[in-house]
Amino acid sequence: MSDQTATATPLLQVDRLSIRFPVGRSGFWGKQVNYVSAIDDVSFSISPGETLGLVGESGSGKTTLGRAVLRRLTPAAGSITFKGNDITATTGEELRQLRRHMQLVFQDPYASLNPRKTVLQLVAEPLVVHGLAKNTEDARATVTDLLDRCGLPVDTIDRYAHAFSGGQRQRIGIARALSLRPDFIVADEPVSALDVSVRAQVVNLLQDLQAELGLTYLFIAHDLSVVRHISHRIAILYSGKLVEIAPTHSLYESPLHPYTEALLSSVPIPDPPVQRARRRIVLQGEIPNPVNPPDGCRFQTRCPLVEARCRVETPPLEEKLPDHWAACFVR
Amino acid sequence: MTVPDEYTSELHDVEEAEHAEEALHGRPFELAAVRSRSGLLPDLVRDRLGFASLIFLVLLILSAIFGPMILDIDPNAGNLSNAMQPPVWHGGSWDHIFGTDWQGYDVLSRLLAGARTSLIIGVLVVLFAGTFGVLIGLWAGYKGGRTDRWLMGWVDVQVSFPGLLLAMLLIALVGGSVASITFILAVNGWMVYGRMTRGVVLSVKERPFVEAAEIIGCKPKRVVFTHILPNLVTPLATLAVLEFARIILAEAALSFLGLGIQYPGVSWGLDISRAGDHELFGNQWLIIYPGVLLSLTVLAVNLLSSWLRVALDPQEREKKFAAAAIGSGKGAA
Repeated sequence: MSDQTATATPLLQVDRLSIRFPVGRSGFWGKQVNYVSAIDDVSFSISPGETLGLVGESGSGKTTLGRAVLRRLTPAAGSITFKGNDITATTGEELRQLRRHMQLVFQDPYASLNPRKTVLQLVAEPLVVHGLAKNTEDARATVTDLLDRCGLPVDTIDRYAHAFSGGQRQRIGIARALSLRPDFIVADEPVSALDVSVRAQVVNLLQDLQAELGLTYLFIAHDLSVVRHISHRIAILYSGKLVEIAPTHSLYESPLHPYTEALLSSVPIPDPPVQRARRRIVLQGEIPNPVNPPDGCRFQTRCPLVEARCRVETPPLEEKLPDHWAACFVR
Repeated sequence: MTVPDEYTSELHDVEEAEHAEEALHGRPFELAAVRSRSGLLPDLVRDRLGFASLIFLVLLILSAIFGPMILDIDPNAGNLSNAMQPPVWHGGSWDHIFGTDWQGYDVLSRLLAGARTSLIIGVLVVLFAGTFGVLIGLWAGYKGGRTDRWLMGWVDVQVSFPGLLLAMLLIALVGGSVASITFILAVNGWMVYGRMTRGVVLSVKERPFVEAAEIIGCKPKRVVFTHILPNLVTPLATLAVLEFARIILAEAALSFLGLGIQYPGVSWGLDISRAGDHELFGNQWLIIYPGVLLSLTVLAVNLLSSWLRVALDPQEREKKFAAAAIGSGKGAA
């Protein structure tokens, strides 16, 4: 997997990462017995200036993966390397300093802005807590510049977040994430809480900022059309496992994993005759229980191509086409 | 301004109160609801019981502060030749408006001094117990895990320890004064703040803006005090007011039992106890005045707190206005 992006030194490298959450205790001393395996043996890397789209259904672990990369969660196994430094076990002050280089754009622009703070206070806070500005007023010029860059009217600087629409709030959230001039941003479904009419604006803003500032994104989404628009490469997550990772055009033109195929066939095409003529793959069956996943491929319970081997062995992620990796025995 | 939708979980932006009022022209109930956001005092005046309670408490506080200056009588200056004078409206003299007790103490000056004791102890205990309890609750709730278990274990142990026993022990050691009563009641009363704060912190810390604060690199202290604590103000204010009433009663009860304020201190509870010991029949006023004042104070504080709970909670306020609108809508139809 390491030679996948051999052309450039990756900004972020995730190697065989697993995340587990404890569920339920038993015995007199409350011994931990059960774990949900939220992320299982996931590896990928992101090059500087690249956008990696991370797609998966609810509960597939995409938010967990985003949080793990930001070191909000402690991995059960595997390693995370950022700018050549192993950050798997970074804690405390070192982790706090790392925040200057990696930031998060939240899904919910309503709940992620403190209702008791003005726009100036919200956007200036990262600068203040990292000692880049003496106090909130001191950061006013920087914040004005950031708001302008993010397409917010500058005269809104002293208003509270509740005076803004969802799209504007998300711009505030983006300005806050950018204030520390990070290299890497995890965007956790940044447009899924927004009206369809403003989604494009926010996605375009993220693209413009990437071009201007050379940002690297991990763009988490379940909306395949948005991901296609913004991503250079796309990773598909199913039940905590990476099932396919490929350049965007390759993934959309020749999806290899049956789950990716099913996902793509579910995207509506805005042309009724074509849409009617399409063969839609409707998945049957249940997502496996992550507390007790089945042996072999995790997609076996719903896969139309399932074979005997899939129930015994876990398919490895293999390069089936140039730079196009998939985890399937059949394809 | 964000207003929750009545039918869905969406939030709607209302530009400014003035614009909202323009749009609501001819819709008096909604207009009243929007206007009510403008200030707490008009809202309080509308709540008649709450407003009466506030007036009573303000009067009580003012007379506790200034009363003893104007009425220049030592509450502990007894003159047996003046004993058992009736109040002025029962044929007593203006020298002792509320009369005197069997030792010749002036009843009014004792009531005022007692009010001072009650209010000082109430405020100090709420301040000390509240500060300590809130800090412990914030610490336990934010850190979670083992810290939380140990701190809440400490709270459980303290709750199960009888306060009366502690009071007896301390009074025997250091005697009953305002300071020792404050200490006893604070040591015995901080746990409720700790428990409640921890509970609210557990829910507030899961909100995305707290995670946002952590991700931008705020140190734990900053997260707790600038992002979590301001969101606890409403429930804590209500609890503090209720606790204030409870503390006043507790001080009176301790003093009544002889475990609280002792001579030469003055307290309503002590006076109720003293009057009960001496010639109750025929001299009821000696027990009625401090008793009624005590009851009225506690009642007023409780009424004020129930207004405060509604006034500081936007959801409760909307419920109230909805009820008012439905009520008057029926009348109009």
